[in-house]
Amino acid sequence: MSAAFSLTRTPFGRLVFVGADGTAQEAVVPVRAFALTAPDEGIALLSAEGHELVWIERLADLPPAQRTLIEEELSRREFMPVIEHILAVDSYATPSTWQIETDRGATQLLLKSEDDIRRLNGPGALLIADGNGIHYLIRDRRQLDPLSQKILKRFL
Amino acid sequence: MILAAMTPPTEPASLSSPLEPGERIVATLELDLDEQLAFRPGRLVLTERRILGPDAAQSWPLSACAHLHHYDHAGIGTLELADNTARLALWRYTLGRNPAALRFEREFNRLKEGLASGSSAEAADAETGEGGSTAEPTTPPSTWTLLRLWRFARPYQGMLLAGFLLTLAATAATLVPPYLTMPLMDDVLIPYQNGTPVDWTKVSWLLGGLLGAALLAWGLGWARTYILALVSERIGADLRTTTYEHLLKLSLEYFGGKRTGDLLARIGSETDRINVFLSLHLLDFATDVLMIAMTAVILFSINPWLALATLLPLPIIAWLIHMVRDRLRTGFEQIDRVWAEVTSVLADTIPGIRVVKAFAQETREAQRFRDANRHNLEVNDRLNRVWSLFAPTVGLLTEIGVLVVWMFGIWLISKDSITVGVLTAFLAYITRFYVRLDSMSRIVSVTQKAAAGAKRIFDILDHVSSVPEPAHPVSLPAPQGGIEIRAVHFRHGNRAILRGIDLDIRPGEMVGLVGHSGSGKSTLVNLICRFYDVTGGAIRVEGVDLRSIAVADWRKHIGLVLQEPFLFFGTIAENIAYGKPDATRAEIVAAARAAHAHEFILRQPFGYDSLVGERGQSLSGGERQRISIARALLIDPKILILDEATSAVDTETEFEIQRALNNLIRGRTTIAIAHRLSTLRRADRLIVMERGRIVEIGNHDDLMAREGHYWRLYMAQSRQLDAPPPLGEELPEGAA
Ligand SMILES: Nc1ncnc2c1ncn2[C@@H]1O[C@H](COP(=O)(O)OP(=O)(O)OP(=O)(O)O)[C@@H](O)[C@H]1O
Ligand SMILES: [Mg+2]
Repeated sequence: MSAAFSLTRTPFGRLVFVGADGTAQEAVVPVRAFALTAPDEGIALLSAEGHELVWIERLADLPPAQRTLIEEELSRREFMPVIEHILAVDSYATPSTWQIETDRGATQLLLKSEDDIRRLNGPGALLIADGNGIHYLIRDRRQLDPLSQKILKRFL
Repeated sequence: MILAAMTPPTEPASLSSPLEPGERIVATLELDLDEQLAFRPGRLVLTERRILGPDAAQSWPLSACAHLHHYDHAGIGTLELADNTARLALWRYTLGRNPAALRFEREFNRLKEGLASGSSAEAADAETGEGGSTAEPTTPPSTWTLLRLWRFARPYQGMLLAGFLLTLAATAATLVPPYLTMPLMDDVLIPYQNGTPVDWTKVSWLLGGLLGAALLAWGLGWARTYILALVSERIGADLRTTTYEHLLKLSLEYFGGKRTGDLLARIGSETDRINVFLSLHLLDFATDVLMIAMTAVILFSINPWLALATLLPLPIIAWLIHMVRDRLRTGFEQIDRVWAEVTSVLADTIPGIRVVKAFAQETREAQRFRDANRHNLEVNDRLNRVWSLFAPTVGLLTEIGVLVVWMFGIWLISKDSITVGVLTAFLAYITRFYVRLDSMSRIVSVTQKAAAGAKRIFDILDHVSSVPEPAHPVSLPAPQGGIEIRAVHFRHGNRAILRGIDLDIRPGEMVGLVGHSGSGKSTLVNLICRFYDVTGGAIRVEGVDLRSIAVADWRKHIGLVLQEPFLFFGTIAENIAYGKPDATRAEIVAAARAAHAHEFILRQPFGYDSLVGERGQSLSGGERQRISIARALLIDPKILILDEATSAVDTETEFEIQRALNNLIRGRTTIAIAHRLSTLRRADRLIVMERGRIVEIGNHDDLMAREGHYWRLYMAQSRQLDAPPPLGEELPEGAA
């Protein structure tokens, strides 16, 4: 699909989409089709009702202005801290509270069960679902510091 | 037909009622039951003029009969003869005679229609395969089953030999220390008591020898255990994967008859048990046997008489073991079955947990589990009664054996035929020896357990798929999509489900299958997919019988959407790409769009990368259906089969899916099953099925004009839609 559409931001911070037929849609939402395996391929703009307005094959193909708008909006909606260090855990049996350091600062996460640790396709990549529904990412567990690796191994 | 061939038609003498001159036999049916269902032979004869019954005087002229009706139930077939007002006669037979009965019925109808022609060979041929039920042969499990494991051990021959040699050496090393006690006693301690000072160099040599032997035994023992554990682990893994691979190739019929829990137990814990048996028990046993043999040789070389007394209890123990053996064997088999029962309860309930909770049956399921466990306990208790007697008896015999050695030894010493050192050595050997005997006796039970496990695994491995791969498969490069169904019969056990289906599906055609629930629509589709093989007749593609095409070769041309959509644990993208794992993301998205799944997938937290549960728990029924439609579309099949594929989506979504499908249907043969008749409005032809038969074929308008089965189904649905009848109105009818 071509990018024959315009995208602007209203003063309220909403995205407005004007398609090829000239009708404007307010509060459109960009979503990644393959959020984990190919985040930059296949992005859809959905209307407020959840219908697909346009399909973007690759983000890089868009004009810079639209691309920044979409990226801004995506980053505002996406919250997936990347774990950099695991400092301590209170127990090796679940539920277990972990003290962690992420790219967005130090916090703690509650692991309800080992099943919430999901292996992703990339080598050593893990996605950990917190008890409160936040997903934490580990890019490559083999690159973590030895202590973090040791702790993590007990849960895998 | 065999039966007809065995009775030459030109032999009136054997008939109960003689034929009139010029009367010709058209068909015969050998009956094996009478009307009261007692086994009694009889014969039914159809001539051009009448039907002759099994009783001498009875015959019915054809002109007086109107219908000959055939049906079967629970393995017994019935032929019913009636005129327009009442039933005239009824004959029964076991289903082995069913093909002959069908032929009889057909010939009768042919005569009635005035089409009497002798050539019925073709139709009869198509049915020869019918009625063949295969019984699983049952052989009692014997320890010899374990020998069949050799097939899995062969690749590791070299390692096994090394392990055996190490065992030999390690055992020999453990036998050195008691031997050294002899000079220690006779040359050092006893002379010291008699006044000779201790010879320290000799002592240090002897003690050094003891230490050396112990270290050697330790090293060799480690190497042996390690090597053999390595081998047995590999054998276990091979066994497990081979069994699983074989299991996957078996037909649906096999899975239909087995419980999930049982199969899980077989592949999981049974293989593990065999594994433990090989690496631990068998190894120990072999070591023990070697040790006993070596010890016996040493003992005899020291003193044959004392050796004889020492080894005396051995045959008694062997006899005891033999006695208990049979009882334990059946017991352990029973325990296995009970254990499978326990797991089966779990495997039934956990997937069905929603139903359990919806009907608030938790207590009942708990009770079921408790019952299974109690059964387990009972069986174990019974077995333990025998088993618990076994070990103490061996212990007692051990003590008695030691006693005998003491008595005989003291007597021999008093006669000066042996030294104290010899007796000490004997006692040292014998305690090791009897300790081993005790553990050796355990080999009986573990061998039985392992043999029972091996038998249950070989049960799977020996099972030949009822959908066999052809020996010389015909290749099917690019089928056009046409399917010929010729006189297809199908039965499950003794229940006829399809009775003579004839249908030609043209390439690119869309046919709709309609009919009451249970009329055999899904079964017909299963036969086309070759999940089962027809029991009579044939299904052909491009003129080739399905049975002579490699199964996988055929199925890759079929896209199937099942009545119960199943999603594997994994991401949505993986589920869609199940039939084509190397599909690109663009292909996956395209298939999802076509199935109208794209938008709801985008609404999932990670889009196509979202996980769906084991049974797709987090998705709605309609969403699951749409994912399975996408899965079928992705492989771009020549033949698309939709079995109630859109039953769980709302009418509007269905309409959208159909619009999308319309593009995709072009160029492929589509077989769609639907209860909602509006789903099939695009079908080129509608096939109406009723109790295993095709009763009407035609397009919507034809069938409506005919005012037959389809018309009734359609009217029932549209009436429901237009004006739902108040409940009260229906009730008196149902109650009456
Ligand atoms: N594995 C089986 N063993 C024994 N009988 C079976 C088996 N599978 C199906 N049947 C029987 O065969 C008959 C036809 O079943 P089938 O599934 O083909 O019906 P259907 O026409 O698809 O019905 P529905 O519209 O409800 O799906 C039913 O009476 C059913 O009980
Ligand atoms: Mg069905």
